Amino acid sequence: MAIVFTARNVTKVYRMGEVEVHALRGVDLEVASGELIVLLGASGSGKSTLLNILGGLDTPTSGEVRFEDHVLSTADEAALTRYRREHVGFVFQFYNLIPSLTARENVALVTDIAEHPMAPEEALALVGLAERLDHFPSQLSGGEQQRVAIARAVAKRPQVLLCDEPTGALDYETGKLVLEVITRVNAELGTTAMVITHNAAIAAIADRVLRIANGRIAKVEVNARKLTPAEISW
Amino acid sequence: MRALDRKLLRDLWSMKTQVVSIALVIACGIGGFAATFSTHDSLAWSRERYYDSARFPQVFATVKRAPDSLVPRIRAIPGVSEVDTRVVQDTQLDVPGVVQPIIARLIGYDFLHPSAMNRLTLTAGRWPAPGSRHEAVVNQRFMEARHLALGMDVHVLLNGKRERLRLVGTVLSPEFIYATRGGGLPDDEWFAVMWMDSEQLASAFDMTEAFDSVLLRLAHGASQPAAIAALDRLLDPYGTYGGVGREDQASDKILSQELEQLRVLGTVLPAIFLLVAAFILNVVLHRLVTAQRGEIAALKALGYGDRAIALHYLQFTTVVVLLGVLIGIAVGWWIGLDLTGLYTDFFHFPEFRYRLLPWVVVAGAATALVAGYGGALAAIRGVVRLRAAEALRPPMPTHFRPLLIERLGYARLVSPAQRMVLRNLERKPVRAALTVAGIAGSVAILLSGTFWNDAIEYFMDVQFNKVQRAQVTLGFVEPVPESVRWELAHLPGVEQVEVQRSIPAVLRAGPRSYRTAVTGVQDHPLLQRILDADLKQAAPGPAGLLLTARLAQRLHVVPGDLVSVELLEGRRVRADLRVAGTVRELAGMNAWMGLHDLNRLAGDGPVVSGAGLLVDRAAEGSLLARLKQIPRVAVVIVNRSLLDTFRETNARNLLFFTTVLTVFAATIAIGVVYNNARIQLAERAWELASLRVLGMTRGEVSVLLLGELALEIAAAIPLGFVAGFWLSTLIVKLTQPEVFEIPMVILPDTYLYAGAAVVAAGIVSALIVRHRVDHLDLVAVLKTRE
Repeated sequence: MAIVFTARNVTKVYRMGEVEVHALRGVDLEVASGELIVLLGASGSGKSTLLNILGGLDTPTSGEVRFEDHVLSTADEAALTRYRREHVGFVFQFYNLIPSLTARENVALVTDIAEHPMAPEEALALVGLAERLDHFPSQLSGGEQQRVAIARAVAKRPQVLLCDEPTGALDYETGKLVLEVITRVNAELGTTAMVITHNAAIAAIADRVLRIANGRIAKVEVNARKLTPAEISW
Repeated sequence: MRALDRKLLRDLWSMKTQVVSIALVIACGIGGFAATFSTHDSLAWSRERYYDSARFPQVFATVKRAPDSLVPRIRAIPGVSEVDTRVVQDTQLDVPGVVQPIIARLIGYDFLHPSAMNRLTLTAGRWPAPGSRHEAVVNQRFMEARHLALGMDVHVLLNGKRERLRLVGTVLSPEFIYATRGGGLPDDEWFAVMWMDSEQLASAFDMTEAFDSVLLRLAHGASQPAAIAALDRLLDPYGTYGGVGREDQASDKILSQELEQLRVLGTVLPAIFLLVAAFILNVVLHRLVTAQRGEIAALKALGYGDRAIALHYLQFTTVVVLLGVLIGIAVGWWIGLDLTGLYTDFFHFPEFRYRLLPWVVVAGAATALVAGYGGALAAIRGVVRLRAAEALRPPMPTHFRPLLIERLGYARLVSPAQRMVLRNLERKPVRAALTVAGIAGSVAILLSGTFWNDAIEYFMDVQFNKVQRAQVTLGFVEPVPESVRWELAHLPGVEQVEVQRSIPAVLRAGPRSYRTAVTGVQDHPLLQRILDADLKQAAPGPAGLLLTARLAQRLHVVPGDLVSVELLEGRRVRADLRVAGTVRELAGMNAWMGLHDLNRLAGDGPVVSGAGLLVDRAAEGSLLARLKQIPRVAVVIVNRSLLDTFRETNARNLLFFTTVLTVFAATIAIGVVYNNARIQLAERAWELASLRVLGMTRGEVSVLLLGELALEIAAAIPLGFVAGFWLSTLIVKLTQPEVFEIPMVILPDTYLYAGAAVVAAGIVSALIVRHRVDHLDLVAVLKTRE
């Protein structure tokens, strides 16, 4: 299977005021196309930093990161913007929808600038929101908002879907619903998906589980049989 | 429509009150700019058009009496294409029912074969019958100001002989677009210009086959100074007062000064408005992009580039600015129309069309956009430069530290609530400073628009009550023996008489020269005093000239220097006189001497050319009636009448300017205060709502929010007073007329008014925001993440 992401000895040091934070301390990783990966780890373990670097939102302090044949680690802001626009779909813990735009318009933000997008309606149907097209974020529940965010992320048919705590702000039932959408996108569209969570139960839906601690990949587990979101519970 | 454009529209809509308040500040700037420059354009255009169509001369000269035989030699001056000569005489006019004498300027005109230049436009009635001694046309404004009917008879003194004249028509003349005897005050009621048959006027004044006024038109490209010099040489033996170009012609000079004043006001004031607008835009956009940090991060993650995001916020600015420009142009057009209406009361054109030229709109819009982008870019730059991953994290908590007063150990002096207010001010010193500057700007603008009333009243008070204390001023046809003072003293109601001699003269120093009059005054004058700007009395020394400081500057001379004086009367004496001193008079370009010194210089005996009278008000009527009977008296001026007319017209102008500027200044004040309050509210909603949840009342919470604004307004007002004084001084400097000085006087009432207006604007803004504080949704606010 083709490799989408390659990371070699990636480190990241932040300066927060007067404090230096070593967020990543030498990460090596390969991700295959179509994989569903869950990153598990405590708050501050470096998992968001890794995801942001893979998604082109940030650059490493040292080491090399590649997406297919693009080198991300030395790319400039313009190249990273192009990379995000063409290849990556993001889902955030707090959805980050534009409150002044309806569900359909939030998705259109992406379809306006993507090469071969699906129609916003199609993307919203994929996440089960065909009926809520013209609702503003304030008129949607948290789960619905997160599904709009996923629709917005997948509407451009990205090669990778990066989700940072997608269920973190949601209740149990809604969280499961969102996970179902993610696994469906992964299975039906073949999109490589990486999901950050601190909820160990969710790890069961992944092909591979990366446990992150102290800025390193502490442990890698391969699930012989992955469960569907309906089968897990926490 | 793209999704991002929809976001733009919705953002604009959700911030509509703020958008409109910023747009209104811009509208004030653009409105002021458009109003003044469209008026400027309209006046300049009307003048050009009138000068062209009436074939207005380029050179004007006055001479005592020159023979017609001189005309061919004048025509031969290189560059001169046309010559016109005529008789012009100032005399007393007696209008039935008007006790006070009026001055008439009689001008000879050939109605059968009118000259090709300086054409009259008949606006009503008919031309006088050729050869008629008893018919005349008169300038239209005099008829209007006096409410006279065509066909009525008036009386004039023709060379000392009282004669009847019938007013058969009204006219406009390019020479009298602004009708003044030269004083600069509009005196349509007291100054009439009449045109009558040239032969008849000449014979009445014993000027047959002679002239005392020359008009020249020059060929294209001819040198005006050379033509004037040649003309002066030709006229010299006949007693010329020297030729002048259009720029020194009385009416044109005043019109040009007014145009220049419009240009200055139209540049300085709008610039301030746009600066303030740029500042508010900066603060508001800064707040907007900070509040939308998360959205910006999402856009970046979705693949929107920096440029697209920056453009998005610039579009926000563009819409606000263009909305302001649109309103501003409409406001400017409306004010401009009113303003030109005011001007057409002073300036009379046969064709006057108000026009707002495209360049004014384009220049206004471009300047406003530059100002707006200037304000916006600074706010946008920071967020655009944020890495996307950084934008996803909430901003670092704001750094607070104890106040200076606390660090000094006086913490107990301030309550916790006051501490919050003060720390907030200390935390954002730049914004606080700019807010104070913006409010101070509105105070300054208000002052710069309203101080004129004080300045002009002071000027008038000095001129008419302290300098010129005579109620009635006389001018004689020819110099008369000094003993006339005893005759005058015996006229009814005259309490005091003071005589003086005034001789037109050219003063020269090196290459510089100036045409004025040398005035000889009695020792210790009481009715015509020489006062400096601090009201200290000055007197000409026994030997030499006392010059108005402005005149000395113009000639580049200081006390002790020699000035060459050429008297333009009688024997036309030339002499070098020492400048004995200078005096900073508010009005005039005067050269003073002792009366006897001047008479001795002119080679005359004890003669005088005019007198000032102190009069018992009760007897004024009979005195004026008596004066009309005295043939030697050419000119009678009742100073109070002049002052009343001036006040009446001036009051209307000042009311207009004060109203417009008050509205403008209030708009700025509300724009600054309201937007700041809204931003404070947005930034601190969470904090304020928390305090409400903890049990603070709405009033207490409002004090926290509005206390900061109250402090800022309190700091801004005194600063605004200082800035207003500077701004007024700057405007006065830039628009300084040549022959008088606008005194920088601002009375306490004016300061009080400016301060009160801005406080009122602050209170209105506070009330609007207070309304929002009262309706804070506590639950919703606490749920938001910020």
